[in-house]
Amino acid sequence: MNDFFLMIVLTLDATIRVSTPLILASMAGLFSERSGVVDIGLEGKMLASAFMAASAATIFGSPWIGLLAGVITSCGLSMLHGFASITHRGDQIVSGVAINIFAAGMSIILGLAWFQQGGLTPTLTNDERFLSLTLPGVDLFNNIPLIGTVYRELISGHNLLVYFAFLIVPIIWWVVYRTQFGLRLRAVGENPKAVDTAGISVNKLRYKALLIGGILCGIAGAYLSIAYNAQFTRDMTAGQGFIALAALIFGKWKPYTVMSACLLFGFLDALAVRLQGFVIPGIGEIPVQLIEATPYLLTVILLAGFIGKAIPPKSVGVPYIKER
Amino acid sequence: MDRNSRLNWINRLILPALNVLTAFAATAIIFVLIDVDPIEATQILLYGAFGYQEGFGYTLYYATNFIFTGLAVAVAFHAGLFNIGGEGQAYIGGLGTAIVILLLDPSTSPWIFIPGSIIGGLLFGALWALIPAYLQAYRGSHIVITTIMFNFLASSLMVYLLVNVLRKTGQMQPESQLFAENSWLPFIHNIVAKFGFTLEESPLNISIFIALFFSFIVWVFIWHTRWGYAIRATGLNSTAAIYAGIKPKRIIILSMCISGALAGLVGINELVGYQHRIIMDFHFGYGFGGIAVALMGRNHPVGIIIASLLFGILYQGGAELAFELSNISRDIVVVMQALIILFCGALQYIYSPWIIKMLAPINEDES
Repeated sequence: MNDFFLMIVLTLDATIRVSTPLILASMAGLFSERSGVVDIGLEGKMLASAFMAASAATIFGSPWIGLLAGVITSCGLSMLHGFASITHRGDQIVSGVAINIFAAGMSIILGLAWFQQGGLTPTLTNDERFLSLTLPGVDLFNNIPLIGTVYRELISGHNLLVYFAFLIVPIIWWVVYRTQFGLRLRAVGENPKAVDTAGISVNKLRYKALLIGGILCGIAGAYLSIAYNAQFTRDMTAGQGFIALAALIFGKWKPYTVMSACLLFGFLDALAVRLQGFVIPGIGEIPVQLIEATPYLLTVILLAGFIGKAIPPKSVGVPYIKER
Repeated sequence: MDRNSRLNWINRLILPALNVLTAFAATAIIFVLIDVDPIEATQILLYGAFGYQEGFGYTLYYATNFIFTGLAVAVAFHAGLFNIGGEGQAYIGGLGTAIVILLLDPSTSPWIFIPGSIIGGLLFGALWALIPAYLQAYRGSHIVITTIMFNFLASSLMVYLLVNVLRKTGQMQPESQLFAENSWLPFIHNIVAKFGFTLEESPLNISIFIALFFSFIVWVFIWHTRWGYAIRATGLNSTAAIYAGIKPKRIIILSMCISGALAGLVGINELVGYQHRIIMDFHFGYGFGGIAVALMGRNHPVGIIIASLLFGILYQGGAELAFELSNISRDIVVVMQALIILFCGALQYIYSPWIIKMLAPINEDES
């Protein structure tokens, strides 16, 4: 019983760690898509940020500088996306694809030029990373059965960025639904003309949304390379940007539901690792690939309207042309 | 020349050329940043792609894959759809090809094997595009998102099949047994040898003619058939197309299936032409490369063939570059691909206001 309980707690603990970058990236996508700009470049921005964060952390010996470098890189790519798709009204998807491919190639090219380790960055020491924090009171609760374990394993023992990711969600909800900026953001994604008529610049608003997305996506990438792992490796995002995109759709572009979707997808990921080779009596071994594919499958089914309906912001993907 | 024909020239030739040049200039800057002399790099790249027979063979071999995926993206583009799922369709198409070959008796004649494997690739590629197309047409889900998801689904499915079903017993590598020799497509160096010429061995095989054949078919189909007309009309203005009696839903299904089928032929070149078995990730990067090729080739088969050749050069030359210079890898080609997608796709009109002002100003028309 106790072992089983511990296994559940540990799986949930892994869920939190795996969900963190998904939450940050999907929140980035939320800002961008709510403002009417499709952001399939999440994957690339995360990857670029992961690379720059690990590089800066190893060169300057500080995770904070790493984080900053990651965020700046991701924001830079966001602004490129904005330049192409807002200012020049180019195809937002094409621009996103370009960013993804660019990050995949560039991270290796620069890594090779800077560190000569086949595209990897040097392994970071503990001073150069965000390490797990032990929350106060672990010793105090430790003697209480169940709760002690939950507190020790699940609540305590994560790094700063994990707590940040979970704390930012209510703040984002508040910004999107309770502030003037949030109101305009939602409006510009639905009906940019109305926003324009009200004398507010559509382009400026969209750029702002992309910038916020850039920051969040940068933190997501930095988390991967300088908190969750201790170096940058080739293609280390491995589709997580797209899972975040799937979570964004699955969560219907609403902060809390998107977070729940991230937790669900993170849980599936954590489960897949544990179910490797696990045989269910009477059914047989569950193919790990099936569990891995579930987020994509669920998103396709949801999008097709078989379980609820995901309706994107009305003007998403449409460049705004101001009439003269 | 009147203004319209000038504008035509600007749109068809000057702007695309400028965009490609910008992408190359950006690549040159990257070369300088990582301390590689761009001129030396270009020389090595061109030598690798053209300098010796084997290298040139590789160039054309890679170009073949890009023709297939470039055509695939272009057909969907003509219908106003963005098929980002070329990766998955190419992967699953290869599965179809492999299934046909592995199921047929090894002593079957090549005259059955070869069309059979092509049909297998076409069918499975089309099938993998049919589902997203159906969902877009009849269930309203967005084709871009579903095709992205289908890329990942394809990759999970293929890992499962390669490890658990197709893998030869007692073998570690997740790959199938060798295809029957009768199914192999002849290599070009073997064909010319029959006529008494000698060429260095390279993976170049007759798939390149299959690719050229399909380029011609696509040209005829898009510009000289009713269906092609309906596809273009829908892509230009689907509301107007409805008034002309065209059913957009059917067009979505039709164009996506053709698109997927074309992408599904990558396996013909890679698997039947060269590897002679199905391996993991044989398709990798060609689906996305096809987007760059279609954008650069302006969705026209001739443009696509030229762009594919350029990408073949970059792929093969990039390998040479990685081999010659220690501080650079083949990923530089991926970067170039991204820059071409950026400048020929998302930023394609960046120079348009200036050029139009310079070469075809409005008031000249009136005088």
